[in-house]
Amino acid sequence: MRTRLIPDARELLAGLLFLGFGLAGLLIGRDYASGTAMRMGAGYFPWLVSLALCVLGAVLLVRGLASSRERVALGELFQARPGLSIGGSVVAFALLLPSLGLALSTLLMTLLSGLARRRAHLGELTVLGCVLGLFSVAVFAWGLGLNLPAWPV
Amino acid sequence: MELLDHLAIGLQAAFTLNNLLYCFVGVTLGTLVGVLPGLGPVATIAMLLPITYGLTPSAALIMLSGIYYGAQYGGSTTAILVNLPGESSSVVTCLDGHAMARKGRAGAALAIAAIGSFVAGSLAILLLAAAATPLAEAALKFGPAEYFSLMLLGLVAAIVLAQGDVLKAIAMTLLGLLLGLVGTDVNSGVERFTFGIPELSDGISFVVISMGIFGIAEIIANLERDHGGKAQVARVGSLMPSRDDYRRSWKPILRGTGLGSLLGILPGGGAMLGSFASYMIEKRLAREPERFGQGAIEGVAGPESANNAGAQTSFIPMLVLGLPSNAVMALMAGAMMIHGIVPGPQVIDERPELFWGLIVSMWLGNLLLLVLNLPLVGIWVRLLAVPYRLLYPSILLFCCIGVYSVNNSLFDVLLTVAFGLLGYLFIKLRCEPAPLLLGYLLGPLMEENLRRAMLLSRGDPTVFFTRPLSLTLLIVTALVVLLMCSPRLRATRQVAFSED
Repeated sequence: MRTRLIPDARELLAGLLFLGFGLAGLLIGRDYASGTAMRMGAGYFPWLVSLALCVLGAVLLVRGLASSRERVALGELFQARPGLSIGGSVVAFALLLPSLGLALSTLLMTLLSGLARRRAHLGELTVLGCVLGLFSVAVFAWGLGLNLPAWPV
Repeated sequence: MELLDHLAIGLQAAFTLNNLLYCFVGVTLGTLVGVLPGLGPVATIAMLLPITYGLTPSAALIMLSGIYYGAQYGGSTTAILVNLPGESSSVVTCLDGHAMARKGRAGAALAIAAIGSFVAGSLAILLLAAAATPLAEAALKFGPAEYFSLMLLGLVAAIVLAQGDVLKAIAMTLLGLLLGLVGTDVNSGVERFTFGIPELSDGISFVVISMGIFGIAEIIANLERDHGGKAQVARVGSLMPSRDDYRRSWKPILRGTGLGSLLGILPGGGAMLGSFASYMIEKRLAREPERFGQGAIEGVAGPESANNAGAQTSFIPMLVLGLPSNAVMALMAGAMMIHGIVPGPQVIDERPELFWGLIVSMWLGNLLLLVLNLPLVGIWVRLLAVPYRLLYPSILLFCCIGVYSVNNSLFDVLLTVAFGLLGYLFIKLRCEPAPLLLGYLLGPLMEENLRRAMLLSRGDPTVFFTRPLSLTLLIVTALVVLLMCSPRLRATRQVAFSED
């Protein structure tokens, strides 16, 4: 009986990722002066590293294509929810902090990050967010004197 | 004796009220994060790094190192009582430690783990103190060619010892090197990879990368696995080990200390490798290997001693040569640079009170940990009842504030999110992040030394082979590469890392 041999998505993605970084390095760094071996310019070392990264990315890609391990579906590999919620909550915190102040943006970040779990408990999160908000105002804004607005302006 | 003079300087520095206080804070925090699964010393040190700006350099280093070795003590508590590694280096302690707990002997296991850690820590610190001066003297003879070769050796060794796939580890190191080059080139003033963003002209902040990849990425990955269930904690019972326990343990403790000390010095080593190696050796040496996994005290004593010894000796390459050998040491080196101290062999001479104070404080910290972990174990057990869903928003807040306070920059906070998502991708693609951080730190140093060496040799690349010290280092590097290619070692490597 023949089984279908399908490459492992993880290997392919890793190869693509490194190849992408390497190519980007070569592309962005193409204008930096390379200089000579004796007087290396700003572009010499980045060129060397980017090139090596491209080669490794390509090797990983080829190895991934040639490997015959079991299939890993991309959809099952990643869960969008935790990443989106955590990433989104920190982005919101950073963008809203100047206008909302530390207390409110901390509350907002806590609520948004709580959505990372499927069964988020809103009441509990609100309490936690208020506690953390007051704590951060007391410790970071007043205690440590960080240059942050505490309240909405 | 010279060593005694040095220790006297250290005693004087370590026993100031301020430093004692931060030593206590460090080891307490370390035990705390060691006990809590899902929060390790790397993320904690990254979070607290910005807070140390206000401290003296000594106090900052004393506190941060306390977190690292304190976590080695705390990690065993969770491993024994809950069968979860509180810290990655106590994975093997779960096997026999929890088996002992199921038999009602958790207290004895905890006591032996703490005593073993203390003995190992004390001996490893002595080794660190004795080796520091001669090593630093040798290192002062290094020129740019030697430094380049040494860093190459460090990177190669980190790749060999990293978990998982070798090719991916190399790629991660290279990516780290590339990330380290972002910012203004010191020699020509050209801005590289900055995309015209002024915030990037000083390079990507070290705190941003470490907090993103170790802090935020871990939270995302943990939430994916989160079951929301509460941990089952075993009863502690009597803390007194029996005479039989002591008789069986003292040899594994000493062997674990030796093994852990040795593996801790290697780049990429640190605490974890030693505990795995020690468990395998104890199992092989045991007269009745079948007892392992059923609650053999040797399986707790050896690995717990090894991981603490490794945690102490992994300071050697960072403090003496300026080469961070693992992620925690990379953070420590970053902390030193923030305080304007360049890690390297000159630190011992220029800042003796800092260097020897740190070493003496480590021993004090180990003593404090013995007290913190044995009589007070009940308090730590309670902490295990705090669910992760309450913990992670707090960790997130500390990450954000920590990153912000470095440069008072919200751009840095946004960049951290990007690195967090990248780090999550790395976890999913099974790319170990530690080599990336090492590459990032060594990147600018390697480029600088490569350029200087080539300039001094007038563009002749053979300079790396004609200077004897450099040649020796390159030969060792080549040997490590050869070892990596040998099929037998590859097989052992797979076995060693697949037991978790």
